[in-house]
Amino acid sequence: MNVIIPDDVKVRFRVPARIIGLVGCTLMIASIFMSWSYGHTVLDDVGYWGAPSPLQLYYAVLPVLGVLLLAVPLLGRGRLGRWAKLVAWNTSAKTCAIWSLAVTAVMIASIAIGLGGLVNVDPGGWVALAGALIAVASTLFLPDSPDPNLYRLKSPQWVQILAIVGVMAVLLFGAAYLLNFENADQFLTFGASVVGVVMVLRQFGIFSWLSIAAANNNRVLVTSAFVVAFAFPFTQNGSDANMSIASQVLIFAATALGLNIVVGLVGLLDLGYIAFLGAGAFTAAILSGSAFATIDWVPPFWLTVLIAGTVSSLLGLLIGAPTLRVSGDYLAIVTLAFGEIFRITMNNLDGNDGPNLTNGSNGISAIPDLNFFGFDFGKAHVIFGIDIGRFANYYWLMLVVIAIIIVVFMNLNYSRIGRGWVAIREDELAAEAMGVNTFALKLLAFAGGAFLAGVAGAVKAHYDVSVTPDQYVFLESAFLLAAVVLGGMGTVMGVLIGATILKLLPEKLRFFSDYRLLLFGLLMVIMMRFRPEGIIADERRQLEFHDEDDALAVEIQEEMRAKHVHLNPEPKEWDL
Amino acid sequence: MSQTITDGHSVDTGTVLLGASAVTMRFGGLTAVNNVSLNVHSGEIVGLIGPNGAGKTTLFNCLTGLYRPTSGEVRFLGEVLPPKPRLVVRRGMARTFQNIRLFHNMTALENVMVGMYSRTQTNAIDAVFRLPRHRREELASTERAKELLDFVGLSKAADTLSRNLPYGDQRRLEIARALATEPKLLLLDEPTAGMNPQETRQAEELIFRIRDLGLAVLVIEHDMRFIFNLCDRVCCLVRGEVLIEGPGEVVQNDPRVIEAYIGSSETDDEPAVPAADEPEQKGEADA
Repeated sequence: MNVIIPDDVKVRFRVPARIIGLVGCTLMIASIFMSWSYGHTVLDDVGYWGAPSPLQLYYAVLPVLGVLLLAVPLLGRGRLGRWAKLVAWNTSAKTCAIWSLAVTAVMIASIAIGLGGLVNVDPGGWVALAGALIAVASTLFLPDSPDPNLYRLKSPQWVQILAIVGVMAVLLFGAAYLLNFENADQFLTFGASVVGVVMVLRQFGIFSWLSIAAANNNRVLVTSAFVVAFAFPFTQNGSDANMSIASQVLIFAATALGLNIVVGLVGLLDLGYIAFLGAGAFTAAILSGSAFATIDWVPPFWLTVLIAGTVSSLLGLLIGAPTLRVSGDYLAIVTLAFGEIFRITMNNLDGNDGPNLTNGSNGISAIPDLNFFGFDFGKAHVIFGIDIGRFANYYWLMLVVIAIIIVVFMNLNYSRIGRGWVAIREDELAAEAMGVNTFALKLLAFAGGAFLAGVAGAVKAHYDVSVTPDQYVFLESAFLLAAVVLGGMGTVMGVLIGATILKLLPEKLRFFSDYRLLLFGLLMVIMMRFRPEGIIADERRQLEFHDEDDALAVEIQEEMRAKHVHLNPEPKEWDL
Repeated sequence: MSQTITDGHSVDTGTVLLGASAVTMRFGGLTAVNNVSLNVHSGEIVGLIGPNGAGKTTLFNCLTGLYRPTSGEVRFLGEVLPPKPRLVVRRGMARTFQNIRLFHNMTALENVMVGMYSRTQTNAIDAVFRLPRHRREELASTERAKELLDFVGLSKAADTLSRNLPYGDQRRLEIARALATEPKLLLLDEPTAGMNPQETRQAEELIFRIRDLGLAVLVIEHDMRFIFNLCDRVCCLVRGEVLIEGPGEVVQNDPRVIEAYIGSSETDDEPAVPAADEPEQKGEADA
């Protein structure tokens, strides 16, 4: 997006550029009162004059933001005071214009594709497109602003807490709303405008401020995050469709978090991680008391979870002990092979070629639902007048599992062990020469990550009702790795977001799921090129990817200082 | 000032800390270190000099377990050292690197705390459940790390990323990190390379203070004034072999040492020196 326009030109034309940009934004806002499409079968009711549909109202959020971003700096530097420097007004406006254009394009494309041709786009659509183009063109003439440093803004604690709670509430209702779109076009339009708003706020510096606020009020953050996640089933009015997706997302996210210890914290490439999830699932299935289970012993579920985790981590030790002495590519190849060996072995433990443990490719089906102290996970319960179905029950259970995994992840990260892992990642030889037992630490990460995957697998077995070897193919490992890389290696929040994106999009967008390999591949290439550190970047990881960037190093150091994120001694906060 | 301290200590020849006997290191056909024997006593500062490619760093790598010597043995406090850097550190020998090898994206404090790894015991269970031992040890090692940073004069830089530190500070931080392993013998590989005269003087003073803590120091250096000011004994390596070993003034005035550095008009073995440089670099990269 760097059109080469000389800086002096930009400075000279900044006021007219802002005014023209305002015209563009106004056009877009005006367009929501017009009809966008000839027919009424695409998007929602965008075909009426004078009555904006909900989708059109959401569409207007970006242009309204654009108006603010363009109009406020017109007040002049003097009136803005230090706000002139705290916020990246121009860059935010530019981002806003570009995303407005993107959303407009998505909507027009949906209309054109859905109704068969651009003929069906009514004046409203064209006005909006013209407005967006004008806005983009004019904001290109704005001088680049320096990086926002809104995080320097001191604010009272109650404002910070209020902001965190507000963000969480928005997250809850946004997610509930987004999930309720049955129609892919609507989902995409709404999704694109949400992403657009998020990008603008990021440019604005809101997130750097929020991350400081979150770091200062960590308890509030963690508590409200879990309250929100816990409350989610209540927004679904007993609908099972979304809860099923949500619990799948959580299982996927929990596994990805375990992988994140290996990949994100220690920097080992594991391409067969799904095998550990599978080992946990098979263990739990065998011990579940299903009619197809090959062992008659049914331990209580907490014990099953521990056994499943232990079996997985033993496998981790088995595979890690000989291979962790080699590094990099070799480890990737060995783990890749291990994943396949696991699947094939499970396929063959059918009594013909060895003991019958898994019933071969049939797997173990009819796994009974869990039952804690009379609380049957398979039945719907009415809580506060809202039906809480089977999937919601498992969703809550997975929430607990994720909480445990996050605690393990964070506590290990902020400890002597975590420091050792960072040291290994940075310079393994130097770490060894400073007395760090690099082999043991790598093995610990490998076995620990496997344990967590085993635990997630134990729940997954009951959730899925049946466990078969072909659920645990290489592709799943690749997706887990993609979730970690896309979200941000070494971060919790990033991996949660990455896992959500990777699991949610194919569920909600049918056309997407047909091409999901292609599109995810493309996404990964783009990420690697433009943001290798992932959506949410871990500070250290970001520096590792931008080794030459000294300015970034200073900036990150200042930010770390502001947040007091050291690996010592008792961290005041967890930087999710 | 430095002279008096040196004199005071040169009398004291404590127990033999490090005893390398007949250490030989071959890379293929090239003998980088040949039959080198070297003793370091407690409380003594020993200098290791020699022209480029003489095998000084290779010898260091043999002593600290990065290389397993082709023949010969290295004893520390009478016991043969295991050829594993991590175990060598546990025995009480720590080193710095010629090309600074800090953990660049960790803060100064964290770098030092990594150095304490082998002297702390917190395990995964302690860390996950935040047991008292974890807490106690973290507090203690933070405290200790701050003291060490203070000792090398970096107390203000505790939360600075080590890559953002000036060059001289990085060298000092590496020393602090090595001290964090609680060594009895500290091996410094060109601690003043790239420093200006003032920083060099500070480094010199720092090494004396380290010795005053009761540590022995073995130091590789090219700065002759620095080395002869500092060291109780100096060992000169040339082409992998010990040319001469003895008190500073003796080595300083030995014509063979001068010849090794400057070359004499009759000798034509000049090319051998750059040739020997090769495996030393390569070996380090491999390790």
